[in-house]
Amino acid sequence: MVQSGELLLEAKGINLRFGGIRALTDVSFNVRKGEVFSIIGPNGAGKTSMLNCISGRYKPQEGEITYKGRSLIGRSINDRAAIGIGRTFQNLALFGHMSVLDNIMVGRHHLLKNNFLTGMFYWVGGARKEELEHRRAVEDIIDFLEIQHVRNEPAGTLSYGLRKRVELARAIAINPDLILLDEPMAGMNLEEKEDMARYILDLNEELGTTVVMIEHDMGVVMDISNRVMVLDFGKKIAAGLPEEVMADEHVRRAYLGEEDALLHDEEGEAAAL
Amino acid sequence: MNWDLLFQLLINGLIVGMLYGVVAMCFVLIYKSTQVVNFAQGEFLVLGAWVCWFFIMKMQLPFVLAFLFAMAFMTIFGIIVQMVVLRPLIGEPIISVIMVTIGLSIFMQALMNWMFGNSAERFPAVFGENTVSIGGLQVETAYLMSLVLSVLVMGLFYYFFKFSRYGLAMRATAYNQQVAQSLGISVKQVFSMAWAISALVSCIAGVVLGLVNAVSNSLAIIGIKVFPAVIVGGLDSIIGAVVGGVIIGVLENMAEFVDGQFLHIGNMYTVAPFYVLIIILMIRPYGLFGTKDIERI
Repeated sequence: MVQSGELLLEAKGINLRFGGIRALTDVSFNVRKGEVFSIIGPNGAGKTSMLNCISGRYKPQEGEITYKGRSLIGRSINDRAAIGIGRTFQNLALFGHMSVLDNIMVGRHHLLKNNFLTGMFYWVGGARKEELEHRRAVEDIIDFLEIQHVRNEPAGTLSYGLRKRVELARAIAINPDLILLDEPMAGMNLEEKEDMARYILDLNEELGTTVVMIEHDMGVVMDISNRVMVLDFGKKIAAGLPEEVMADEHVRRAYLGEEDALLHDEEGEAAAL
Repeated sequence: MNWDLLFQLLINGLIVGMLYGVVAMCFVLIYKSTQVVNFAQGEFLVLGAWVCWFFIMKMQLPFVLAFLFAMAFMTIFGIIVQMVVLRPLIGEPIISVIMVTIGLSIFMQALMNWMFGNSAERFPAVFGENTVSIGGLQVETAYLMSLVLSVLVMGLFYYFFKFSRYGLAMRATAYNQQVAQSLGISVKQVFSMAWAISALVSCIAGVVLGLVNAVSNSLAIIGIKVFPAVIVGGLDSIIGAVVGGVIIGVLENMAEFVDGQFLHIGNMYTVAPFYVLIIILMIRPYGLFGTKDIERI
């Protein structure tokens, strides 16, 4: 369902430095509406930094990120939920002592209109109607990710795989057009990975959500991605269809850890890819 | 044994303890959502009482109206303090922020001394009857009002955190600010709201205390007395704050009883809560209901 899609997200010439360390150097890429776009690369390559630039956690010193044609630089982090960007975190970040249901409900926050004063007029103020509506949406998400059996448990007591799923549910709850997944399958066993891959595909196909994903498991990345970008030492070394990227010499070198000199000699060529 | 006195002091302790619990809740609310230990909590309370007194005595407003105006004033005051004094300090070391709240407390003390003088002022008689009889027991109306308001405030707190979207947003922010932000919660708004609610509720407690005793700047001592309550309950637990408040209130009055009847040392009343504080901290360093990870100052 890709190829012809219009641009949803575009990053141009992103430079991000922490003091003297260059986390990202001149990274440009774009994501089309409705695709699954993966960012891969060795540890410390700047994948999460890139995601944080999109979600607003970091502010790149140079470069421009546009989303639906509007610039994202300078917008507040919480604004991003309102314009339809959701994310999950690499290290689990659930509200451990709150129930699964409440965790997902937090994702609806920016969609709810009643405050606690109008909420006091529960029956007349429309708060009841609103709450029912959102409860239904949340139940749909719970059904979708098959976590009915744990809906009332405190999130902190769940198994690792389930927590990852609840985190995904919470990100879906904000009704995103674009969802950023930071290693959704890290630390999972094969079965859990397969489930997660299926949920991501369903999310993409049934709900039409565009997915930008960081993942280390090459098998999964190659199976479900429409396009892949490879980062190494903060630079983009390749981008394209999964099979193209896998065939790329630079990528294999980066992953197998061959001499850097070779890589730098051919930098011009790499940038052209 | 003087059973009547014991019973009377027990009831007193319960009622005062509930009020401590309310103030402790304000304290915990700010600590939980913004990680700030607010040393000016007592001054917030006194300012609320003074403002209400001012509306009644100087503007000649009826009590209920004055009370409402004072509450509105304090809510706005809380938001302004957060925006002007504390927002620039977000991300600064916790010790700097604490110093600032101590400074705020000294500043407010001086301001109130200047504006309202340093003598105690009584509220005019608000209730027709001074005491009401409940089941043969004579209870002061102000105490009864104090009890009713405390329970009401606690109920509203519960409702707010359990069922409202801002309550949920606050709990989420208290747990993890970064994640809450990515889910579309404005952390600035949550911080302002925490200070506003805290100031508002402090105002209620202040007015009640003013009715029971009289308004004076020395009422700010409650802000310090609430410390044992908060720490006994655990710095980050709202239920803990209420339980801690009641424990400290009852304890104070029991100490008074034991002291007055048997020991005759004098002033046990003030010291006892801190003894208990030390003992509880020896057994459970993070309070009865708190989580382990809290700032030590």
